[in-house]
Amino acid sequence: MKLLTHNLLSSHVRGVGPRGFPLRLQATEVRINPVEFNPDFVARMIPKVEWAALLEAADTVPKGPIEGYEHDEKFLRQMHHVLLEVDVLEGTLQCPESGRLFPISRGIPNMLLSDEETET
Amino acid sequence: MALSCTLNRYLLLMAQEHLEFRLPFISSQETYGKSPFWILSIPSEDIARNLMKRTVCAKSIFELWGHGKSPEELYNSLKNYPVEKMVPFLHSDSTYKIKIHTFNKTLTQEEKVKRIDALEFLPFEGKVNLKKPQHIFSVLEDYGLDPNCIPENPHNIYFGRWIADGQRELIESYSVKKRHFIGNTSMDAGLSFIMANHGKVKENDIVFDPFVGTGGLLIASAHFGAYVYGTDIDYNTVHGLGKASRKNQKWRGPDENIRANLRQYGLEKYYLDVLVSDASKPSWRKGTYFDAIITDPPYGIRESTRRTGSQKEIPKGMEKCPESHVPVSLSYHLSDMFFDLLNFAAETLVLGGRLVYWLPVYTPEYTEEMVPWHPCLKLISNCEQKLSSHTSRRLITMEKVKKFENRDQYSHLLSDHFLPYQGHNSFREKYFSGVTKRIAKEEKSSQE
Repeated sequence: MKLLTHNLLSSHVRGVGPRGFPLRLQATEVRINPVEFNPDFVARMIPKVEWAALLEAADTVPKGPIEGYEHDEKFLRQMHHVLLEVDVLEGTLQCPESGRLFPISRGIPNMLLSDEETET
Repeated sequence: MALSCTLNRYLLLMAQEHLEFRLPFISSQETYGKSPFWILSIPSEDIARNLMKRTVCAKSIFELWGHGKSPEELYNSLKNYPVEKMVPFLHSDSTYKIKIHTFNKTLTQEEKVKRIDALEFLPFEGKVNLKKPQHIFSVLEDYGLDPNCIPENPHNIYFGRWIADGQRELIESYSVKKRHFIGNTSMDAGLSFIMANHGKVKENDIVFDPFVGTGGLLIASAHFGAYVYGTDIDYNTVHGLGKASRKNQKWRGPDENIRANLRQYGLEKYYLDVLVSDASKPSWRKGTYFDAIITDPPYGIRESTRRTGSQKEIPKGMEKCPESHVPVSLSYHLSDMFFDLLNFAAETLVLGGRLVYWLPVYTPEYTEEMVPWHPCLKLISNCEQKLSSHTSRRLITMEKVKKFENRDQYSHLLSDHFLPYQGHNSFREKYFSGVTKRIAKEEKSSQE
């Protein structure tokens, strides 16, 4: 699971609503996966990122988007690495409100809940 | 001051496949029906080339220099084509060749040579080069569509300068037959490219498939440079485990998963993530981040329609999948599924983003009013593909035209647009049942 994905995921446990974001990430196995750098794609993603959630999930992240980031290759490469190259293979995502754990195995999060747990 | 736009005429040679899906792609105003020859007015050659970079429905495009219903008409038409438009391609330093294509008829080499000779009146000054000419000119003769009734003379003859070919070879290179990881209902490669085109997928888009299965639809989007996400409720499919769909193969191999499929075509860099998730209970945070949602939801026939449910609701004997952690049970009524899909699209698509999906219909009862509707989404196209004598599926394309306000979730209660489709909840039963068999029996007895 990439950190870009973690940034877009939220818990849908019943009653939790917007407090289900961000999910608390506990990674037990991480791999760095080289991905071809595409500055245009990374620049497109920057406005979609919830920065506070990203800072919680990763250590070496710029504190926020800098002025003129679209043309700042150093910044974009850093963001590219954090968002797309860090791959969580095993771990859990925890709902910050209910504590419910969603497992990640083989790089794939399992977000399934039973009916009692989900919002109606 | 208004600028006049001179439109040039181009001849598009269509492939005789997926006839129902060709039209919306071009959004032409004239009806061509079954003919493979379409004449379009396009402002520039660049636009024509760009069209061919995307289409899997068209074989080639030509700059149309003349056409007629007989050789004489064709030659007159060519004589009327402005010479200054011809000259850049015919001058003495250039090389060229002329090809004769006939449709629904075969000509001998002699007959072909005669036709080329008849074009001597054209001001060709360059040299003929049959191997690698700079310019290729084509004569296309249309002998109709009926192989049992081939006319002596063609209905139409066209002459044009070849510009570009379409992407038909993608259908072969991305063929499901050669793909590492397939499922029971993997989408035909040609159709998956048509869907990506309907979704206007372009470079650096994010495309999502909420019923991703083995990821076939993601491949076409990745081919056009989009980054892709997929979810599916089936743990085994997402992980690439379990029984194989190929004849002669029992279990899936280690290289069979969605990521591996993208890797097979050199598209792995476009793989974002896949998740095990229930499309009726999505886990995405509030926001608009998908440029397109392209999907083939289950119809309940070869793959079951499911969603997660509570323990109490599981019927006896229902299989429990330990790895997925939750019992999977409730049948998901088709109309609810489409309502959820449209609502989800309205909420998470960027403005101008598209939703492309298949809608199964029981043909005897189908009316246009049944197509699911949403206040934020505008219907762009609706193309039918027959599945059997009484069922078909429709490729629906919608575009987000209005920002999503929470209250839209409830507007379906006010409109009866979803009620007509409710009847299709029993699509599965109708597909298998006595209704279809009885109708078939009745038809047979009326023919006897």
